[in-house]
Amino acid sequence: MSGFFKSSIGRKVAMALSAFFLMFFLIIHLAVNITSLFSENLFNELSHFMGTNPLVQLVLQPVLIFGVVFHFVMGFILELKNKKAQGVAYARNNGAANSTWMSRNMIYSGLVILAFLVVHFADFWVHEINVKYINVQPEDPSRYYHELVEKFLPMWRVTAYVVAFILLGLHLAHGFTSAFQSMGSTAGRKATLQKLGKVYSIVIPLGFIVIALFHHFNH
Amino acid sequence: MALDSKVPKGPIKDKWTDYKNKINLVNPANKRHIDVIVVGTGLAGGSAAATLAELGYNVKAFAYQDSPRRAHSIAAQGGINAAKNYQGDGDSTYRLFYDTVKGGDYRSREANVYRLAEVSANIIDQCVAQGVPFARDYGGLLDNRSFGGVLVSRTFYAKGQTGQQLLLGAYSAMNRQIARGKIEMFNRHEMLDVVIVDGKARGIIARNLITGEIERHSAHAVVIASGGYGNVYFLSTNAMGSNATAAWKIHKKGAFFANPCYTQIHPTCIPRSGDYQSKLTLMSESLRNDGRIWVPKNIEDVKAIREGRKKPTDLSEDERDYYLERRYPAFGNLVPRDVASRAAKERCDAGYGVNATGEAVYLDFASAIERYGKEQAKIHNIQNPSKEKITQLGEKIVEAKYGNLFQMYEKIVDENPYKTPMMIYPATHYTMGGVWVDYNLMTTIPGCYCIGEANFSDHGANRLGASALMQGLADGYFVLPYTIGDYLADDIRTGKIPTDSKEFDEAEKAVKDRIEFFINNKGSKSVDYFHKRLGKVMWDKVGMARNEKGLKEAMTEIKQIREEFWKEVKVPGSANEMNPELEKAGRVADFLELGELFAKDALMREESCGGHFREESVEESGEQKGEAKRNDKEFAFVAAWEYKGEPADAVLHKEELEFKDIELKQRSYK
Amino acid sequence: MNLTLKIWRQKDSNVRGQMVEYKVTDISEHMSFLEMMDVLNEQLVNAGDEPVAFDHDCREGICGMCSMYINGEAHGPDRGVTTCQLHMRMFNDGDTITIEPFRAAAFPVIKDLVVDRTAFERIQQAGGYISVNTSGNTQDANAIPISKHAADEAMDAATCIGCGACVATCKNSSAMLFVGAKVSQYALLPQGQIEAADRVRNMVAQMDLEGFGNCTNTGACEIECPKGISLDNIARMNRELMKASF
Repeated sequence: MSGFFKSSIGRKVAMALSAFFLMFFLIIHLAVNITSLFSENLFNELSHFMGTNPLVQLVLQPVLIFGVVFHFVMGFILELKNKKAQGVAYARNNGAANSTWMSRNMIYSGLVILAFLVVHFADFWVHEINVKYINVQPEDPSRYYHELVEKFLPMWRVTAYVVAFILLGLHLAHGFTSAFQSMGSTAGRKATLQKLGKVYSIVIPLGFIVIALFHHFNH
Repeated sequence: MALDSKVPKGPIKDKWTDYKNKINLVNPANKRHIDVIVVGTGLAGGSAAATLAELGYNVKAFAYQDSPRRAHSIAAQGGINAAKNYQGDGDSTYRLFYDTVKGGDYRSREANVYRLAEVSANIIDQCVAQGVPFARDYGGLLDNRSFGGVLVSRTFYAKGQTGQQLLLGAYSAMNRQIARGKIEMFNRHEMLDVVIVDGKARGIIARNLITGEIERHSAHAVVIASGGYGNVYFLSTNAMGSNATAAWKIHKKGAFFANPCYTQIHPTCIPRSGDYQSKLTLMSESLRNDGRIWVPKNIEDVKAIREGRKKPTDLSEDERDYYLERRYPAFGNLVPRDVASRAAKERCDAGYGVNATGEAVYLDFASAIERYGKEQAKIHNIQNPSKEKITQLGEKIVEAKYGNLFQMYEKIVDENPYKTPMMIYPATHYTMGGVWVDYNLMTTIPGCYCIGEANFSDHGANRLGASALMQGLADGYFVLPYTIGDYLADDIRTGKIPTDSKEFDEAEKAVKDRIEFFINNKGSKSVDYFHKRLGKVMWDKVGMARNEKGLKEAMTEIKQIREEFWKEVKVPGSANEMNPELEKAGRVADFLELGELFAKDALMREESCGGHFREESVEESGEQKGEAKRNDKEFAFVAAWEYKGEPADAVLHKEELEFKDIELKQRSYK
Repeated sequence: MNLTLKIWRQKDSNVRGQMVEYKVTDISEHMSFLEMMDVLNEQLVNAGDEPVAFDHDCREGICGMCSMYINGEAHGPDRGVTTCQLHMRMFNDGDTITIEPFRAAAFPVIKDLVVDRTAFERIQQAGGYISVNTSGNTQDANAIPISKHAADEAMDAATCIGCGACVATCKNSSAMLFVGAKVSQYALLPQGQIEAADRVRNMVAQMDLEGFGNCTNTGACEIECPKGISLDNIARMNRELMKASF
């Protein structure tokens, strides 16, 4: 088994497993945030739970961070390895003839998402950690909604978020089915997974975009 | 020197079994002290190398391609025969033996053919065990199809890629032995001579095709499995690299060359389209199971079609001449290859050829599509199906059966064969003649064996469809591994053969001299120029129909081309690098000698038999009027030629053919 | 038609190569691509130049020897064909055609357009077989019925001709379509079950050792494969390796 994750296929599987975890996280994240569109209270309640529940904070949060870091680091390692496997580059290469832009540029969509995450962490997570663990302040269960709204006031941030989410969509458009393929999904499920992948890779980023735009234009 | 075929005594049924029981064996511990060289890694060479290695011999295998899996056996499409009688249609070892001898027009060695038929069933068992994915029916059992020249269904197949799958099977067996270290594989190597020490074959000189290095390899026995010499015609269905060099080199060192004039011209190939053509593509004979061959009845229609005024589909049934069905009602479109090819030539020579070059006939699937469509409509309970529906259903079945062949045709010709009939014309495909071998598959050089298409033994003057794969694998898996042991049993104390002997020095020097000559010759014409000229003479005068005058002219002309070749050939590049032109030069030089012997053999054989058709020898009257006329009284022998310098000086040795178990009859497919 | 060709020329594996431009004239649209190359080479030989070395043999799309990267695609712009079956009718008069060798670190160039694909050989030697002796003493071929479906699927995997187009076309130079096809053929048949775990482990290990890249499921290999080998074979290989490892 230890040999498995050293093999090329083992690494694909590891990539896919971390991707599954992240895709699951995205659903939860969206589900929580979407409540901000219609209920300030519900959003605050859920955010408070997420922000204070020890299981979420002390177990799931580190796992998530590990998942994100692992997915990125493994992505870079594989990219470097693959670059090395290529040898001399073609003078003329018509990649568009046989594959999608998304599938060929996962590293770039990934890098944009990484850059976005840096901003995102600075925006929310650093603040959270600061408030909770460093300059500890009394918990105000109603602060979350306002913090959210505030963040989406500047146009530059909204634009950056929208661009990042479009890239996330493109990343997912290939990543969703790719993860299943890496896990060895059977031929019979192919069509269903492709449809599901399409829906997932559109709905998730679109949801986040709507949230950002909604708060920008409504406040 | 008298030829001794070493056929064992006794009834034909027991010969092989008795023989195996009595031959010398090599103790397993001693086998590891014995080296065997195998040249060529197609079905015969690949299976032999794997089996010999499995038995414990140290095998060195040579292929000019970059992998054994690319040998031209891979191109065989239709199938492999075996007397399994899974279909319960009356097949048996005897019937397969009988069909093969008859199909070969009674010019093969009876005992060899019986042995072939006997081991045929084992081949299928073996291949299935190796994981060859033969076609199966819905019950999970193996499926069969029928091939030309026989009345039973005994052909096993893997889509239209049977040769590929069988070769991959043999290749996988080789890989297993390469992994065990028992086969040392030399890819991109070409054998350029055999080395004979004290009268025995003890090694080869080979050229590394990447570096140009000349290498010496020694062994206790040398097995030649380098395939046929069809490329002597320049255009053939053979691979571009297929060559006769290994076989010709051993011929020049003492191995007799038998029946070179027995060449199979395959009836269903894609016609030539222009002078630039580099090779011809075969369409599997299995197509004749469902395709009907025809040309227009009226010469006006031929003209109209050639000028594009009419399409073949415009012609009504009455305006078509299904000439095979007309001439051979019993076998119809499934007559043997030689018969079908000559019939096509006869029609085209009479002016009925349907393409611009006048060398094409139609192979039409319309009736099969209709027949299958109606069948399917019945199965699916469709009442009064429309014509379109029938066509649609029928095309589906035809696609399932021949889809990949139809696709290949469309890619090459740019016409849809479901809608318009295919055009086909005969092309050189297989050579039944080859190096003479005895019952042990040993040539007239002790310790030098020859197997597969490279030898002459099993197909007589004409090979039946799906028999080449059978013979290659039978030789390699089940015959040679026994018979070679009988010879090698004397070599257990010989020890390693040194490569620093004067015999190796001399052989290497000759090889190097010839290469130097090519590189340094300041000629003005490319190798292909000469090869094309040779091919034209061969096709025009030593092709499907031959006569005394033409053959004599061919001999003179080939000699002339050869002399000019040695003066004018131009080979660019150097000897110490990858140099495809240099490789070709060596091969064409050998073809230029072989071609002349080929014509000489055809001239000597004043009868028509199988693939060899002499215009002087035809039935004059009766039901068979115009058909080939065999002459058993004077020509029931194998013509084995001994090299004496010039091909024209080759000396004929006859191995009389005796038929004790089969009555010699005229081959009638009427 | 008249064409401009830009061809990669490289004397041997030790020196650097470069693109060189050539002109060919009067090319018939019925020619195969390799016949067009023959015309160029004849022209070069007659002019006293060295012809372009390229791999080719059967010229009917089955041996897997031919291997060019034409206008940015393995085996050129047509689908379901090898270079030898690619016909000039796919091109137009006046076109410039770029011809390069298959590229991958595991496929070093030998000369011009000829590359060394023996890495594939070593992968097969690592386990691409069923360990059965060629004694002829196996059981009857019909002793184990195999469902038509499984047999057909195994056949589909087995049609791989080992040309290397999958590697050449993959942006990661991954060999997984090739190895997946080989693993699948045996994994689908009952005869292949006994050694299935060892086979997939050893073949994948050898594939990694040869320096092929990692599959990122772009699917380019499946599109460019002249035999239409399906991506499902890669998924099957992944399953097989997981089965073998856990």
